[in-house]
Amino acid sequence: MAKRVEAANVTAYYGGFKAIENINLTVEPKTVTALIGPSGCGKSTFLRSINRMHEVLPGARVEGNLTIDGQDIYDRDVDVTAVRRMIGMVFQRPNPFPTMSIFENVVAGLRLNGVRRKSILEESAEKALRSANLWDEVKDRLGKPGAGLSGGQQQRLCIARTIAVEPQVVLMDEPCSALDPISTLAIEDLMFQLKDKFTIIIVTHNMQQAARVSDRTAFFSIEKTGDPGRLIEYDNTQKIFSNPAQKKTEDYITGRFG
Amino acid sequence: MGDTPQRSAHAGTGGTGVATSHEQPAGASARAAERFGNPGRPGGDLGGGGGLPRARAFGAERAFRGLTMAAGTTVLVIIAAIAIFLIAKAVPALRANTESFWTFEGWFPNDDPPKFGIGALAFGTVLSSLLALFMAVPVALGIALYLTHYAPRRLGNGLGFLIDLLAAVPSVVFGLWGRDYFAGPVADLSAWLHTYFGWIPIFGDGPYGSSILLGSVVLAIMVLPIVTSLSREVFRQTPTANEEAALALGATRWEMIRTAVLPYGRPGVIAAVMLGLGRALGETIALALTLGSTYAISFNILASGGNSIAANIANRFAEANDTGRGALIASGLVLFAITLIVNITARAIIYRRREFTESAA
Repeated sequence: MAKRVEAANVTAYYGGFKAIENINLTVEPKTVTALIGPSGCGKSTFLRSINRMHEVLPGARVEGNLTIDGQDIYDRDVDVTAVRRMIGMVFQRPNPFPTMSIFENVVAGLRLNGVRRKSILEESAEKALRSANLWDEVKDRLGKPGAGLSGGQQQRLCIARTIAVEPQVVLMDEPCSALDPISTLAIEDLMFQLKDKFTIIIVTHNMQQAARVSDRTAFFSIEKTGDPGRLIEYDNTQKIFSNPAQKKTEDYITGRFG
Repeated sequence: MGDTPQRSAHAGTGGTGVATSHEQPAGASARAAERFGNPGRPGGDLGGGGGLPRARAFGAERAFRGLTMAAGTTVLVIIAAIAIFLIAKAVPALRANTESFWTFEGWFPNDDPPKFGIGALAFGTVLSSLLALFMAVPVALGIALYLTHYAPRRLGNGLGFLIDLLAAVPSVVFGLWGRDYFAGPVADLSAWLHTYFGWIPIFGDGPYGSSILLGSVVLAIMVLPIVTSLSREVFRQTPTANEEAALALGATRWEMIRTAVLPYGRPGVIAAVMLGLGRALGETIALALTLGSTYAISFNILASGGNSIAANIANRFAEANDTGRGALIASGLVLFAITLIVNITARAIIYRRREFTESAA
């Protein structure tokens, strides 16, 4: 289920603006990797390049090499929708489909994959909701609108929607930044469970969160506004937070950034 | 200021100034303030220990509230006045009618005794409007989706401008164009349809010419810009977050539109279609020029004939005597009722899904 993600010399542009430059890193299967760094350093851009969501924006493009278990996802012959099915994504703000019920939200991805059998959909929905620690809270109101849930529940609903299609890799772009501490904790617990099955890459501004949930941490930074973001240091989380090799990393995690 | 003795005496309740000022009508305290040379502004003696400043009795807030309320009331007054006028004029004509107003197929209100029926007109109105929507809505939604989700931005803006321009063409131009130039091709199309699809009852035999089909096609072209413009705005408002959610699940462009854009835009599209239907139902001169002005109910949309309530009013008003005008006004009332039913139906459709659409906002 889980796969290795390798980035080699990944550079991404927004039109003429170079957002990240020469990112090289390897993410091992069944681990949680945190991407940290100041705002605008390109960590979200890098994350969005991994499932080819970056190119959705007009004028945006990616150069370099990104492979999943050795397979180039930017290969000309690769179907972009297949890449996105393999690499799921959870966004910063919970974004359940407002017109769909909780159940329909969870199975939206399966329906896109052509699954029609009601029994399969129900089974997968329950499994995904259980994995997202949401089942007990919503099992009696699966027909109600997904947007009627609380923010934390909505985000777990989005996680359920993402893992229902059984991706190999799950990308999370600041999944807790719009949530209260209790919901945040629920999602962090969830990440621990999910890494048994998935490779997880998470962007976060919360360094305690990075320290708590991740096995490895990548620190991104920029020299100054307008410069492309670069990967400064990538190591075991424990090492990054206790004894970073780079001065810049240390300054950032101890709050002396800038 | 709260315990100004004169103020209390004026209010006549003996309570504190703060309490009584709330009970006074807006004008009263303003007059009081004027009379005693007191500007009456809140915070006039801030920090004086005289309690909280009084709520402003009269100001921009109240004035604006009054203005907006007056504007709102005007609508009701106008509608009521029109309704009273229409009913007052229609009733005598309906009384004089010697045939059934609902079922009689013909329009002779100027004769003695007057004979007229609304059936064929109402039927023609609804049939031509529905046909027009049937042709226009799929095209309009296609254009709107293309402009918002497929076309390059600059092309999209340019095309959108052209569509809006189409809406500004006066309907008499569409009518003349339909009658003088478009009637030929539509007659050819009618013959073709009858030859190959004649087994469908609506594609009956000729003579072809000023038919319901011609009227509907012209109507469709007129309705197209409204439905397109509104749908385009609706589709444009789809939250990017939802579109990205669909794409990130591995949706193709069309699947994303189906999953995120169309469901989100549904109430707005229904509203757009209803506005289009409203225009089609009320369209007068284009149909007066393109329909055959007959008074028979027929499902054959190819043969010359057809009529609509509004077109009939335009065609017959000049020649009408008192009863004739009353009869036309009565037909206008029926058109009003049809429009009302259409709008109520649309509201009901939107209302049924409110649980989902409201949480979307």
